Amino acid sequence: MSDSKDNTQTAGSALIPLPDPSPVLKEMLDIYPPKVARKRAKHIRVNDPHDVPEVEANVRTIPGIITQRGCCYAGCKGVVIGPIKDLVQIVHGPIGCSYYAWGTRRNLANQDPSVESYMPYCFSTDLTEDEIIFGGEKKLRAAIQEAYELFHPKAIAVFSTCPVGLIGDDVHAVARQAKADLGINVFGFSCEGYKGVSQSAGHHIANNGVFKNMVGIKEPETPFTNPFRINVLGEYNIGGDAWEIERVLTRCGIEVVATFSGNALYDQIGQSHHANLNVVMCHRSINYMAEMMETKFGIPWIKVNFIGADSMSKSLRKIAQYFDDAGLSERVEAVIAEELSALKAVREDVTRRCSGKLALCYAGGSRSHHWRELFKDIEMRLVSAGYEFAHRDDYEGSRVASSIKVDADSRNIEELAVEADPERYRPRKTQEQVAVLEENGLKLATYDGMMPDMEANAIVIDDISHHEMEKMIEFYKPDIFCSGIKDKFVIEKMGVPCKQIHSYDYGGPYAGYKGAANFYRDIDTMINSSARRFLKAPWESQPELQANFAVRPEKKKG
Amino acid sequence: MLDITPKEIKPRTALRINPAKTCQPIGAMYAALGIHGCLPHSHGSQGCCSYHRMHLTRHFKEPVMASTSSFTEGSSVFGGLANLSQAINTIFTVYNPEVIAVHTTCLSEVIGDDIPNIIAKAVSEGTVPEGKFVFHANTPSFAGSHMTGFSSMVRAMVHYFSEKTGAESGQVNIIPGFVNPADMREIKRIASEMGVPALLFPDTSDVLDTPLTGKYDFYPPGGVTIKQLRTTGDSLRTLALGPFASEAAGAYLDEKCDVPCDILDLPIGIAATDRFVHALKNVAAQDVPASINYDRGRLIDVMNDMHRYTHGLKVAVFGDPDHVTSMVEFLLDLNMKPVHVVTGTPGNRFERRMTEILEGRLPDSNFSANADLFLLHQWIKNEPVDLLIGNTYGKYIARAEDLPFVRFGFPTLDRIGHQFKPHVGYTGALHLLESILNAIMDRQDRDATDETLELVM
Repeated sequence: MSDSKDNTQTAGSALIPLPDPSPVLKEMLDIYPPKVARKRAKHIRVNDPHDVPEVEANVRTIPGIITQRGCCYAGCKGVVIGPIKDLVQIVHGPIGCSYYAWGTRRNLANQDPSVESYMPYCFSTDLTEDEIIFGGEKKLRAAIQEAYELFHPKAIAVFSTCPVGLIGDDVHAVARQAKADLGINVFGFSCEGYKGVSQSAGHHIANNGVFKNMVGIKEPETPFTNPFRINVLGEYNIGGDAWEIERVLTRCGIEVVATFSGNALYDQIGQSHHANLNVVMCHRSINYMAEMMETKFGIPWIKVNFIGADSMSKSLRKIAQYFDDAGLSERVEAVIAEELSALKAVREDVTRRCSGKLALCYAGGSRSHHWRELFKDIEMRLVSAGYEFAHRDDYEGSRVASSIKVDADSRNIEELAVEADPERYRPRKTQEQVAVLEENGLKLATYDGMMPDMEANAIVIDDISHHEMEKMIEFYKPDIFCSGIKDKFVIEKMGVPCKQIHSYDYGGPYAGYKGAANFYRDIDTMINSSARRFLKAPWESQPELQANFAVRPEKKKG
Repeated sequence: MLDITPKEIKPRTALRINPAKTCQPIGAMYAALGIHGCLPHSHGSQGCCSYHRMHLTRHFKEPVMASTSSFTEGSSVFGGLANLSQAINTIFTVYNPEVIAVHTTCLSEVIGDDIPNIIAKAVSEGTVPEGKFVFHANTPSFAGSHMTGFSSMVRAMVHYFSEKTGAESGQVNIIPGFVNPADMREIKRIASEMGVPALLFPDTSDVLDTPLTGKYDFYPPGGVTIKQLRTTGDSLRTLALGPFASEAAGAYLDEKCDVPCDILDLPIGIAATDRFVHALKNVAAQDVPASINYDRGRLIDVMNDMHRYTHGLKVAVFGDPDHVTSMVEFLLDLNMKPVHVVTGTPGNRFERRMTEILEGRLPDSNFSANADLFLLHQWIKNEPVDLLIGNTYGKYIARAEDLPFVRFGFPTLDRIGHQFKPHVGYTGALHLLESILNAIMDRQDRDATDETLELVM
């Protein structure tokens, strides 16, 4: 494969099929102890988009393997709940857990002076040895009281960390009591770090808690009137993505009731049951919410992807198709035409330099699929991808969801029993309307997964290890590698630019049309940065240079 | 920014807001990276390891390698023996380190995993290859802070490896404290200039400040070797820099191998560096060389020449206790007034040392151990300052109160410089002074009117 890299494609020419990567896969697994090799082999698949193979996912990482994965708490507090900006979030545990979630994800929030934003604050019960021995409930109660007296927030959320689960503090009982005493909403999340096998368990626990304690508890002061109103689920406003998405939606005449949970307000989530459609961005972290809201309130959901210009357009058209309104469709088409035309110059310019270049991408639970679309915009090829904490349906599509076996680690995560709300359940579409939509190609409540969109012979790796990452770089010698902060400088040291797609390397937004332009430019600058040209010193590559580095002036002959 | 922090200070007993510390394991992970060929191993849930690696990487902008026992709910019920045993096997097979440095987490501490027993079992079962090592430190996250974790891991190096053989080594141990690779490099340079054969442990220079070459070294060339660690028991003396980070190991080495130990403040600023150089001079029994005197002289030159910009300015300082202690003394030597001083790490020792330093010079200063940035901000609201010095998290307060801000200490996530400019020694003090002066001068320029803008300063 490394040879073929020199024959990178020029725009418009047919793509060279990817070679069979089996030899590198064998080499990759050879180093492992036999049992580990057998397990890892199930996570690594050569793709066939027409007959997608089964990928082992959402199972334990083998102890000792250097993994990208974090914990349940990181998924719950760090990802899903963290962005809700006017919610006081107290982490019940030793100081580290709260400290590390303090301002470290780039879920931006605008600071409206009329709203109390707790984004730059970090709250913890900072448990010490005494509380670990004698119990921490008393301290938690006091902490909630102190937070209330200082800030008088609308609501307080409490997060359990590993030792809290072991010493048996009942955070839910403390929260219930505080709620009764203070007259504000107080609720807990049992998201101890050891639960599940990755952040994914925390997403699920967060979804359950938001659904039970926040969704549907608020009625709007003035009723919603725009029929084209939606919730954007699984969009965390990294680098300002949610703002760009909302800008475009607003231009089309589509109103966002709530974003889950980038830049979100507590009350927006409270009244999110008034939306007429849920659009799902990050399927992995929020699909539970989409399903529960459909069951309880009758709000259908569709999978969208606002990352990548063409995919943004496609998603807008899907929303218009759902609402089935000629005026809306017309506006959407006009906006798409205008936005694409504004993007045309930069896209063409960057494509000239980036077309045919190779990208690898391993991160998150939905991002790799989304990012593929951005690379496609500028004719780059995503030749291998994978996820850090996805489940099989994120790879293979919803069709396999029912056949995923539930193991001991997943069984411990509560599945809420949800029923239609006796008063508020209101199906947004009749069965006949749904049938027509589906006949016309709009799939409701389903996700096709990443693999059907990937090339034949592309390698899919779940929960990639450090060792496997190094091997992939050696094999493909990619032009860009997408991952997170822990891998970032390893990859850069190897002379390959690494795009962090959790933090965007502190840039962005990358969603929508303006975001796409930012991404194209950033990828262009990374691929074409000068620094790597100096990796070899002149005396290493051109020893003869030494003899003639100085030009001597001709001596005048007198 | 931080608009809802009230000026009025109400006592808090339970709620920590905006901490000035983190938990033990990250310190242990950092210390372990200062051993050559070492893979730090976090015995707990995956999140701990992930967060520590993330944070260290953001500070150093370098690869930070570490593995985890990947606890699940099952392991938290049945104990982590199986996880750690399997991890040791996986690590030696796949990543082939010279040594694994295990540190615990709150989870494995509450479970009560007996790490020495698990290691002994791995050794007896042959999982640990000949000539390779596994050692450990207990680092419960619910006690102390990241400083304690660092200190415990360094002490563990002594516990597991230091030996007294009676051989004459003529070498001096230096325990550098929780400082950056550039600082460790500078400490070695100073010792070398002074003619002192020093062995630094841990030593993260050439581990967390490696060049970009296109080739990635999983185990970079730097770090103290296990062989060198063994010899620390035969050294003449130990200089332990920074009591919070280094005393435990220094004192234990004295107890275990009879190596006398001097506990010094971190050599940050002029007076603390003078004491460090003096201690080296005593060991070397020779004069301080001209090169070091020149370094010192250049520092005094700038202190003197630029004195009018620093004299009398009020400063708020926060960070790790060893750093803050020396910084406060340096600020006093610059005739500045460190009126508010906070460390998040608990310990009466810090407050005692602060009293010693501030007594007679600035007795009304506010200082507290086991405090947080919310309190510091409230103090600043009640008595405003001219300058804020601390780690990246001070950025919010600096913006809220419109303060010039000098980044100092761990973590520095949003600026470049600490990776390659030392803060220790005379050269380090000069770098700090440069940052302080430039921050003050930038502020003067920003606040000047067209009429009062000075071209020459």
